[in-house]
Amino acid sequence: MLSWPYLLSTVTFLPLVGVLFILLIRGEPDVVARNTRNVALFTTIIIFLLSLVIWLQFDTSTAEFQFVEKSGWIGDGLPGAAREGFNYHMGVDGISMLFVILTTFLMPLCILASWEAIEHRVKEYMIAFLMLETLMIGVFCALDLVLFYLFFEAGLIPMFLIIGVWGGPRRIYATFKFFLYTLLGSVLMLLAILAMYFHAGTTDIPSLMQANFPSGMQKWLWLAFFASFAVKVPMWPVHTWLPDAHVEAPTAGSVILAGVLLKMGGYGFLRFSLPMFPEASVFFTPLIWTLSVVAIIYTSLVALMQEDMKKLIAYSSVAHMGFITIGTFTFTQQGIDGAILQMISHGIVSGALFLCVGVVYDRMHTREIARYGGLVNNMPRYALVFMIFTMATIGLPGTSGFVGEMTILVGAYQASSWVAALATTGVILGAAYSLWLYRRVIFGELVREDCKKMSDLNWREVAIFAPLVAAALWIGIYPKPLFDVTAVSVANLLQQHEWAIEAARTALAKP
Amino acid sequence: MTSLGAADLVPVIPELFLAAAGMALLMLGVFRGDGSTRFVSTLSVLSLAIAFLLLGLLPEGRTETFAGMFVTDAFAVFVKSLVLLGSALTIVMSSAYIRSERMERFEFPVLVLFATLGMMMMVSANDLMSLYLGLELQSLSLYVLAAFKRESTRATEAGLKYFVLGALSSGMLLYGCSLIYGFAGTTSFPQIAGLFAGGVEVSIGLIVGIVFLTAGLAFKVSAVPFHMWTPDVYEGAPTAVTAFFAVAPKIAALGLFVRAMIAPFGELADEWRQIIVLLSVASIALGAVAAIGQSNIKRLMAYSSIGHVGYALIGLAAGTQQGVRGVLIYLAIYLAMNVGAFAVILSMRVKNGMVERIEDLGGLAQSRPMMAAAMAIFMFSLAGIPPLAGFFAKFYVLAAAIDAGLYALAVIGVIGSVVGAYYYLRIIKIMYIDPQAEPLEKPMHRELGVVLTVSALFTLLFFAYPAPLLAGAEAAAASLMSP
Repeated sequence: MLSWPYLLSTVTFLPLVGVLFILLIRGEPDVVARNTRNVALFTTIIIFLLSLVIWLQFDTSTAEFQFVEKSGWIGDGLPGAAREGFNYHMGVDGISMLFVILTTFLMPLCILASWEAIEHRVKEYMIAFLMLETLMIGVFCALDLVLFYLFFEAGLIPMFLIIGVWGGPRRIYATFKFFLYTLLGSVLMLLAILAMYFHAGTTDIPSLMQANFPSGMQKWLWLAFFASFAVKVPMWPVHTWLPDAHVEAPTAGSVILAGVLLKMGGYGFLRFSLPMFPEASVFFTPLIWTLSVVAIIYTSLVALMQEDMKKLIAYSSVAHMGFITIGTFTFTQQGIDGAILQMISHGIVSGALFLCVGVVYDRMHTREIARYGGLVNNMPRYALVFMIFTMATIGLPGTSGFVGEMTILVGAYQASSWVAALATTGVILGAAYSLWLYRRVIFGELVREDCKKMSDLNWREVAIFAPLVAAALWIGIYPKPLFDVTAVSVANLLQQHEWAIEAARTALAKP
Repeated sequence: MTSLGAADLVPVIPELFLAAAGMALLMLGVFRGDGSTRFVSTLSVLSLAIAFLLLGLLPEGRTETFAGMFVTDAFAVFVKSLVLLGSALTIVMSSAYIRSERMERFEFPVLVLFATLGMMMMVSANDLMSLYLGLELQSLSLYVLAAFKRESTRATEAGLKYFVLGALSSGMLLYGCSLIYGFAGTTSFPQIAGLFAGGVEVSIGLIVGIVFLTAGLAFKVSAVPFHMWTPDVYEGAPTAVTAFFAVAPKIAALGLFVRAMIAPFGELADEWRQIIVLLSVASIALGAVAAIGQSNIKRLMAYSSIGHVGYALIGLAAGTQQGVRGVLIYLAIYLAMNVGAFAVILSMRVKNGMVERIEDLGGLAQSRPMMAAAMAIFMFSLAGIPPLAGFFAKFYVLAAAIDAGLYALAVIGVIGSVVGAYYYLRIIKIMYIDPQAEPLEKPMHRELGVVLTVSALFTLLFFAYPAPLLAGAEAAAASLMSP
């Protein structure tokens, strides 16, 4: 097998090589556009294959970080005694591994989905997407807080341009809202990172997991990280940027937004909040549960009333992410395993649903639900695909959504039966809005002239959906390979957490 | 009083050279007339480059001369390098502008040289007297530069406004100096610092003196509430002069501010910290909010510079070695970002002349993709978005604030940066999303193109290899804190 020590960095920075190639393309506008698309597609496919190599070589029996690379980056950091500098430190463990795969898996599909939808400024578009890929993979691989922050924040730049330049009519409002909301959350996290650095003397993530912050400080730090991740997830009541951003973003932008960017928030909770601030995490658990339950019920109800397809799916994303935050804060193996799996599943399913919307949008240029109806008659393939993902988002057994939601609810029930019961109403409401959407778009009489003219999925679209369908069903039927990846790392996380809480208790008990 | 030997002149060699060069070029200009402006400009840039080299050849370590009134240390060398770089780049960038705007007169580069000389003396001041001398040499040259376009009423107004308010602030500064002298009995920084060693009670008169001194210096760096002149002067002055104002004098004045607070009054940090914190918070807030409504890009850059001064002052408020280092890193990165942004502004020319409305950048991404990309880099960087250089500038001053326990200041700082991000994003939006305005005239002048490319690459790639700048700033800060 490959034993190249810089595999992770290669995967992370390979998209930038694609960017260089695209910058070198010259010639007639349509030739440039065609070559640009090809370069972007090939780059992302190669990256996906390389990331599969990482997965194959990944050792599921250890909770240690693997494929670790570490070298000095910013000298000896700040002046002062016994402080380490900031390092270029990369690595993956069971928690981050699947997110890397998710990112590299969705990227080629996004490029394909933009094949015909993006007609002007193709070069800039593909450059923005490839840069975004580097930054997203970097977020999941970074093992140094400053490096993490760099990747985390820099992702705003390409996304700002993707929504702003290639978005819908209200794109400027949406992209500013997206940028400023996320930035406001993140800058507070930056201050927390600095405070942690001065307390622990390092920004190395594995070392910080061992650093015991005083419990008063933990609460402030937790809140600062919460500000960033809650906006990113997004949790109620700071979710309002998401429907706007989704509605205005181009289809591929929505896919990446729902598929990967939201996951950064959930990943952040798992990577930082839980292991680094264990006491504060327990202390704030009721807050998370309350916000998540409100999000699940409230945004599901809001989703019911939407007239815009993308907006409906955006609100359903908020509800699904509510499940994930509940699962994360159950502090049980099932809850956290389920949260990770649900994030992967949601990445695939909601991404696919946005692509489904994209398919009809490309033909009719409207996302209004009432403008469609009866599509099953002239688009049977589309109806099938849409049905599979509708079922997956509801959580029908046999699809990926079921596995994730089920395990989360099992974990939640152990932690609090009330939370589990309330969250379960979200499953019912989810079925209501999803099935209703499906009925209104797919079934009924095919009366509208413009709807009759719509053609079924072409080969490019089939090529986009086939891997997504396969992934959703595979995870639904045989999720074991995914759980294998996460199990040891999650168990280790919980073990560390228990010890930390134990230590804090004994410290309190002492006179 | 010891007599002055040749060895005592070693630390001032760069200044002596610059003074001689400035006078020689003045004579040259007088005898050869305005036709020689290009020649004089080239020689001026060359003189600044030679002064830069001489700076590098100075013996390391701290040396005082002129009976302790003038000091050369790593701090001075660092700030002076930035100042020389800023001045040289301004002359390079403005050569095309002054030609096309029919203000090609040989006094322009010569005045920049004299202002630079004043700035170098400011940075090396080790005594209230030499501080004032350097400051006035710089300010007087700047007043003339602001009004350099004689036939333009706007420029004349800007010059006059700058002069009247500048004179007022100099008065305040002098008054502060005289109070400090009256209560401390000396004007020398080390001697004043010696008075406070060991925690002596400070007289109220001295505190009042420090307040006046701070007010005078705050005017020179245009910190709120002493900023009123900045937007008007930036807008009224010819763009090439604005580019100069935004960079070199700001850097020198901030360097002076840091030295004048730390060197004599370092022990009294608790007394003056509140003033700096207030200046910093007010500047950040005003810089962020007031720029939003601007339609003139020079005016917007004025408010932007007010905001950035606020961030740099965070480092001074910390009052630690880290804080000073943060300020120095900030200044270096600020130099690159602003020079680049002004290179773009200086090339905003349509058929009928220069334009300076922000809307005139509309659709730039399609007509001039590389220029728009560079400007976008500067704007994201000024907003402080990683991985661009501007992020690291903010990062290091915020780090100093957190370490010094100034949490509230740090929180206000980052929130201000989010508000401020709005107007930087607006410029990007105009370039990338808005419809095409009247296309800018092609091609960009070669000198501007080179400056733009270099500063954009620096801003973009700083994160990959920040070590040299960080180490330089570190050494400079150490030399100031523990002489």
